[in-house]
Amino acid sequence: MKQFLTFVRKEFAHVLRDRKTLLILFGMPVVQILIFGFALTSEVKNSRVLIVDNANDVASRQLLTKIEASQYFEVDRSVMSPLQMEAAFREGEIKMAIVFPANFNEDLLHQNQAHVQIVTDASDPNTATSLTNYVSSIILDYQASLNQTLSVPLRILPETRFIYNPQLKGVYNYVPGVMALVLMLVCVMMTAVSIVREKETGTMEVLLVSPFKPVLVILSKAVPYLILSLVNVGTILLLSIFVLDLPVAGNLLLLLAESTLFIITCLTLGIFISIKTDSQQVAMLISLMGMLLPTMIFSGFMFPIENMPVPLQIISNIVPSKWYYIIVKAVMIKGLGFSAIWKETLILAGMTLFLFVISLKNFKIRLA
Amino acid sequence: MRTILFLLQKEFKQIFRNRAILVMISVMPVVQLMLLPLAANYEVKNINLCVVDHDHSTTSQKLINKITSSGYFKLTGNASSFQAAFPLMESDEADLILEVPQHFERNLVREDEQKLFVAVNAINGTKANLGGAYLGSIIRDYNRDIRLEWNVPGRFNAAPVIDISSSNWFNPLLNYRVFMVPGILAILVTMIGGFLTALNIVKEKEVGTIEQINVTPLRKHHFILGKLIPFWVLGNVVFTLGLLVAWAIYGIVPVGNLIVLYVFVGVYLLAVLGFGLLVSTFCDTQQQAMFIMFFFMMIFILMGGLFTPIDSMPEWAKVISRFNPVSYLISVMRMVILKGSDLHDVRAHLGIVALFAVVLNGWAVLNYKKTS
Amino acid sequence: MAETVIKTDKLTKRFGDFIATNGITFEVHKGEIFGFLGANGAGKTTAMRMLCGLSKPSSGSAEVAGFDVYKQTEQIKRNIGYMSQKFSLYEDLTVAENIRFFGGIYGLSNADIKTKSETLLAQLGMEGEAKKLVGSLPLGWKQKLSFSVAVLHRPKIVFLDEPTGGVDPVTRRQFWNLIYAAAQDGITIFVTTHYMDEAEYCNRISIMVDGKIEALDTPRALKQRYNTTTMDDVFYQLARGAKRNE
Repeated sequence: MKQFLTFVRKEFAHVLRDRKTLLILFGMPVVQILIFGFALTSEVKNSRVLIVDNANDVASRQLLTKIEASQYFEVDRSVMSPLQMEAAFREGEIKMAIVFPANFNEDLLHQNQAHVQIVTDASDPNTATSLTNYVSSIILDYQASLNQTLSVPLRILPETRFIYNPQLKGVYNYVPGVMALVLMLVCVMMTAVSIVREKETGTMEVLLVSPFKPVLVILSKAVPYLILSLVNVGTILLLSIFVLDLPVAGNLLLLLAESTLFIITCLTLGIFISIKTDSQQVAMLISLMGMLLPTMIFSGFMFPIENMPVPLQIISNIVPSKWYYIIVKAVMIKGLGFSAIWKETLILAGMTLFLFVISLKNFKIRLA
Repeated sequence: MRTILFLLQKEFKQIFRNRAILVMISVMPVVQLMLLPLAANYEVKNINLCVVDHDHSTTSQKLINKITSSGYFKLTGNASSFQAAFPLMESDEADLILEVPQHFERNLVREDEQKLFVAVNAINGTKANLGGAYLGSIIRDYNRDIRLEWNVPGRFNAAPVIDISSSNWFNPLLNYRVFMVPGILAILVTMIGGFLTALNIVKEKEVGTIEQINVTPLRKHHFILGKLIPFWVLGNVVFTLGLLVAWAIYGIVPVGNLIVLYVFVGVYLLAVLGFGLLVSTFCDTQQQAMFIMFFFMMIFILMGGLFTPIDSMPEWAKVISRFNPVSYLISVMRMVILKGSDLHDVRAHLGIVALFAVVLNGWAVLNYKKTS
Repeated sequence: MAETVIKTDKLTKRFGDFIATNGITFEVHKGEIFGFLGANGAGKTTAMRMLCGLSKPSSGSAEVAGFDVYKQTEQIKRNIGYMSQKFSLYEDLTVAENIRFFGGIYGLSNADIKTKSETLLAQLGMEGEAKKLVGSLPLGWKQKLSFSVAVLHRPKIVFLDEPTGGVDPVTRRQFWNLIYAAAQDGITIFVTTHYMDEAEYCNRISIMVDGKIEALDTPRALKQRYNTTTMDDVFYQLARGAKRNE
C-alpha cells in the first residue's frame, strides 16, 4: 500500500507539473458550461427580416407594428423586386421576407380575404420553419383580433404545462451533457495518452521491472485522473447551481456516487486503449474519434436518439456516456432515486467490469 | 526556393509513411460525413405520447387517432389518471401526456369551449417547444374539422381571413441534412488542418529534430512555408473528398461556383494552419498541443453556428464569434453550396478570413524562435 | 600558429539567478580536435548552444568562423555542423532521404548530394541500408550516420555534444576514426565527452567546473601539471570540488 502511494504521488507530480494542460483540464468544464449556459440557444431570434409593404395601408401598418414589436425579428423595410430579394438572400443579409400585396386592407375588408406572402431562406430549415411559425401566429392573432366581435363555436383549448423546465432553458439539457463530455475527455484521453507516453519514452519498462505489481503501476496512473475528474464534477455542479440556477433536485450523494462509477468506466476504457496502442498519436486519434465524437452524437444531449436510423440507435447502446446522461438527468433534474436508475447503473458497472477483465487479459499477454 | 522543395519532399514522405495521419485524412471525413448528418437531426418526430382519456367518447378517440396518425407522435401508453401516467414521463417512456377531461364531448357542445391538458417533459427545451407546437396545430386542425363536420352556422365564414402563403427558397423540402453537410465539411477541414499542423511541429520539438533544423542556415519563413504547404494541400484534399462524399451519399451538388469555394477554402486554410502553427509555438509536448487545440476547436465549433444560430446568441457572444474563423467558413459553405452565392456575395467574409490568415501567421512567425 | 576559428571572451549565460556559463574565455584553432569536458551540469551544453547560435549569450563576446554570435548567427549556421546529445535525424525517413534532406537544406547541388551520399555510405559501409528507415538502425550506426550528415556540407567547425553516449567500444573507435578523417580534411572538431580515453584523443581539452573553465591545455601538459598518469585523475581532482554536481 505504501508503495502504491509512492507511485500515485509520482503520477500526481507529472500531472501537476504540466501547467498548460492542467489549466485546460480545469478551464474546459467552466468554459463549456458558460458557452452552453449563456451563449447557445437553439431558439431562433433576432433574425433579419425584410418587409416589402406594397400596400402601406391601415391593416398592413398595424400588422407591421406587431411584427416589429416581436423580439424574434430585426425588421428592415424597403421595397424590392424578387430579383433584388434573391440577391439579398444570397448575400445572407436577410433570413425571411414578408410581402404585402397592394390593396391589402381593401381585400381584407371587402373580399374578406387577403394574402400575405412569406419567403424564407430554407438553407437553414430550422430557422425557416420557426420564422414561418412566428409570423403565422402573429398574423393569426391579428386576424383573431379583427374577429373579436364574432364568437367562434366549439373551441378546443389546449393548456400546456412544461414539466421540469418551465422556462424551457437550454441548460437543463446541456449540463448533464457537458458532464458526460468532460469526464469522458479527461479520463479516457488523458489516461490513455499518459500511459502510452511512458511506453513511448521507455520509462514504462523501468516501472515494469520494479518489484511492484504491474497492474498496480497502471492503476496508480488512473488515480490522479479520478481525483481531477471528481474536482471537475464539483466545479460543474457548483457552476450549475450558483451561476445557472439549476439546482440538484435529487440526492447529491447518489449523483456523486454515479459520477464516480462513470469516471471509473472511462478510466478503464482509457487503460484498455493504452494497452492496445503504442504511439501517442494513435491513442489520441482513437480517443478523439472513437470516444469523443460518439459521446457528442450518441449520448443524446445534442441530437435526439429516437430520430436516428435504427442501426445508429443500436450503436448508441454501447456508448457509456449515453447511460450516464440518462442517470444525471434522472437524479439531477427529475429528482428521482436509485430505484429509477438501477438498470442504467447496472449497465455501466457491467461495462466497467468487462473492460477491466479484457484489459487485464491483454496486459498479461503483453508481459509474457 | 530549392530549399523549400527539399522541405516539401521530406514532409510529404513523412506524412505518407504515417498510418495514423493517413487514416485521419481518409477515413475521418467519410465516416463523419456519413454518420453526423444522419444523427444530427433536429427534426422532432417520434415523440412518445401517453394518453389519459377520461371521456372515452368518439370525439376524444378521433382526436387521439388524428394525433397518432400525424407521424410526429407515437402512442406509448394509456393511463387511467395523470398520477398513473407520470412515472412514464419519469422513465422517459413518455415525452408528452395528453389528458382529456371527463364529459369532454358533451361539454364541448354545451359550452362551446373545452380544455385539454398537455404536460410536456421540458428538459430538452427545443423538443418540448416543438412537440407542444405540433400538438397545438393538430388540435387546431381537428377543431376546424369538427366545426365543418358538425355543420355550425355560416356566421363563422363571414370573418375576414388572412391567407398566408409561404415558400421556402434554396431548400424547398426543408431537408435538414442538406443544411448540416456543408457545415460538417467546414469542421472537418478545420480540424484536420489545425490539428495536423500543431501536432507535426510539436512532434519535431518533442523528438528533438527541430534542434538539428535550428542549427542549419534554413530561413525561418522557409521552414514555416515547408510546414504550411503540405497541410494546405492535405486540407484541400480532405475538402475535395468531402465534396465527393456529399455528392455521392447525399446528392448535394454546390449550386454556386466551385472556384469560389476553392478560393475561399484556400484562404481559410491559411488562417487555420496559422492558428495550428501558433499553438505549436506555445507547446512542448504533443499532449499539450492536442489539448490546447481541442479546447479552442471546441469553442470555435460550438460558437460557429453549426448547431445553433449565431443570430440568436447574446451580444457578447456575437462579438466573440466575430473572432471565430470557423463561423465564416460555415456560413460561406452554406451560402455557396446551398444558395449559389458568388464571390461578390462573400467578399466581406473573404476579406476577414484573409486578415485572420495574415495576423495568425505573422504572430506565429514572430513567436517561432530559432534561438532561446 | 594556425588560424583561430572560435574565440570567446567572458562568454556568460544566465537563467534567472542561475549562471550556467560564467565568463568563459578560450580559443580554438583550425583543424584542431578540441575536447570540452566537465561534470554533468557544468555548463558545457549551454556554452555549445551559444556558439551554435541556438541560445543568446547574456554577456561577453564570441566569434565562430569569424562571425559574431549576437548578430551573425545565420552566417555561423552556414559554416558549422552540429550533432546533439539527443539523436536528431528523422527516424521516419530512410538513410538516403535524410542525407538528401540535410544536403538540400545546406544548399548542395543535386549532383553534389548524389556523389557525397555515395561516398558517405561507402565510407560507413552502409550501402545496403540506404533504403532502410533510420529508426530501424542500431544506435551505433545512427550515431555514425548522424556525424557524417553533420559534416556533409563540409563545415568549418563541427560541434559534437556527447556523440558516443551509449555506444559500444568498437563503434566508439570507428566513430573516432571518422572524427580523425574529418579533422584531417581541415574541419575543426569541438566535442564534449565523459569518456576520458576519448579526451586523450583530443589535441587540446578544457575542463569546466561550475560554469567556469578551470583548465585548458593538451592532455599531456594537464597530466604533468596535476602530476598524474591518467586523464581520469586530472578530471577527478578538478571536478570533485564542484558544487552543482547533479
